[in-house]
Amino acid sequence: MSLIQKSAAELGALVAAGEVSAVEVAEAHLDRIAEVEPKINAFLHVDREVTLGQARAVDERLRSGERLGPLAGVPIAHKDIFTTRDMPTTAASRILEGWRPPYDATVTRRLREAGLVILGKTNLDEFAMGSSTENSAYGPTRNPWDLDKIPGGSSGGSSAAVAAYQAPLSTGTDTGGSIRQPAAVTGIVGMKPTYGGSSRYGLIAFASSLDTPGPFARNVLDAALLHEAFSGHDPLDSTSIDAPVPSVVEAARQGDVAGLRVGVVKEFGGEGFQPGVQARFNEAVALLESLGAKVVEISCPSFATALPAYYLIAPSECSSNLARFDAMRYGLRVGDDGTRSAEEVMALTRAAGFGPEVKRRIMLGTYALSSGYYDAYYGQAQKVRTVIAREFEAAYHQVDVLISPTTPTTAFPIGERADDPMAMYLADLCTIPSNLAGNAAISVPCGLADEDGLPVGLQIMAPVLGDDRCYRVAAAVEKALESRWGGPLLKEAPAL
Amino acid sequence: MSAITRDEVAHLARLSRLALTDDELDHYATQLDAIIESVAKVAEVAAEDVPPSSHALPLTNVFRADEVRQSLTPEQALSGAPAVEDDRFRVPRILGEEA
Repeated sequence: MSLIQKSAAELGALVAAGEVSAVEVAEAHLDRIAEVEPKINAFLHVDREVTLGQARAVDERLRSGERLGPLAGVPIAHKDIFTTRDMPTTAASRILEGWRPPYDATVTRRLREAGLVILGKTNLDEFAMGSSTENSAYGPTRNPWDLDKIPGGSSGGSSAAVAAYQAPLSTGTDTGGSIRQPAAVTGIVGMKPTYGGSSRYGLIAFASSLDTPGPFARNVLDAALLHEAFSGHDPLDSTSIDAPVPSVVEAARQGDVAGLRVGVVKEFGGEGFQPGVQARFNEAVALLESLGAKVVEISCPSFATALPAYYLIAPSECSSNLARFDAMRYGLRVGDDGTRSAEEVMALTRAAGFGPEVKRRIMLGTYALSSGYYDAYYGQAQKVRTVIAREFEAAYHQVDVLISPTTPTTAFPIGERADDPMAMYLADLCTIPSNLAGNAAISVPCGLADEDGLPVGLQIMAPVLGDDRCYRVAAAVEKALESRWGGPLLKEAPAL
Repeated sequence: MSAITRDEVAHLARLSRLALTDDELDHYATQLDAIIESVAKVAEVAAEDVPPSSHALPLTNVFRADEVRQSLTPEQALSGAPAVEDDRFRVPRILGEEA
């Protein structure tokens, strides 16, 4: 088996044992990126010399006897929304084209401390607003399973890079489903940690009460290892939780659901769900029962209102957060010819620098926060948020985890929903409630839809700081399904 | 009846500091109208007596010790600036001609 096919855990063990160097592992992945990137377009920035420099430094640290974590020497693709001192950071926006941040995000810093080697910065929907990566100012990323399909979004570059064996691991951020949905449609594992479990410092803000960094990997244990490597309290993020990281790696190694109470969310199924998605989900429910879980149906009626509430709350926060792009201190400046005022330059720059979806959301948020509309829109959405959190709370009195399909459909064709925002927003129907409540949730592959042969994801949701439960259930499902399939789902993906 | 008029969208664009073209205003007016009609469904949830949540988790203010720490150098802080003059951000005029 070549280096690019190995898991992150295996690569870390090989590097630790001195059987292969971090440089060799990085080179193998950089070569793979060079080979398939013309088809995938997962990366916005790759710099072979910077990456090899990082790898050499890790090899040197290991040689000098420094004790690094289990992922030392393992390469990673890093979503281009985290600041990096040695690589540009653009959030896939023209307004930040070529920007070199003067500081590292906490997630970036922790990756470096753990000895991970950053291969490059991955593509995304501009400022993480979207579900297909088509909203990138630098062109769409393609799904390795079918190059005419979307890889999900907003973290679509990160999901595609892992599914295409360009990297064994990647980072993402999940505001309404931006990790779980891309993981589901590319047949990999993606985890949204509990809000506040991973630091937002140096993460370019979209909706601050929702944004959560999390891991992508080709298997559950690798995702847990990465989760543990970059999570935990950060004094630089005032919403960071000052509590130990749940024991996610141990849970991923256990993978046992005997006696566990599992709730199927009644509202997430039936009409609007692709038959092949529903079929694989129903099989996953039966599988959990056969593994000893106690499965019941749970009704969460207000979850149907999560989507509209989210599309008021997230744009409201975005309209405020993106006010920082004012053409004064960093980023693009357009129209400064000596005659125009700062305000005119600002408006010209923002019109030229932001793409259509970002403009839509800024205006929608500005509307929802306007006096006269505030109570009916933003205020009411905040109340719905409370109602949804209470429904979760009531559900978790009866069950340990909730499950649903991660997405209503498999990957859709590039272009199909690009100018139809309402259709695009439906992709996050099942993932949004966990963001509004700040809960943990994971997506794990559960098969291929019969209609199109594309991957289907199973979503496992758990209460705040119940991240370990997500991994425990996901690992059990993965183990049982891979023994049935005779290997991981990704082996069914076409060669690139 | 539309939820939002083209004039209102033009006003939102001004508030948002977005210099949009007439074509863009037409396009966004149609789309925002559909989106606002859809998100208005939040009104269907009976929530008069429910407190609003601005955040998922209970938050208390976080303080840190008031200590001098290393921060960005002027060179680092200005490294991404569109225009710099004498170690400062150089910006277009901020007052009207008559000022």
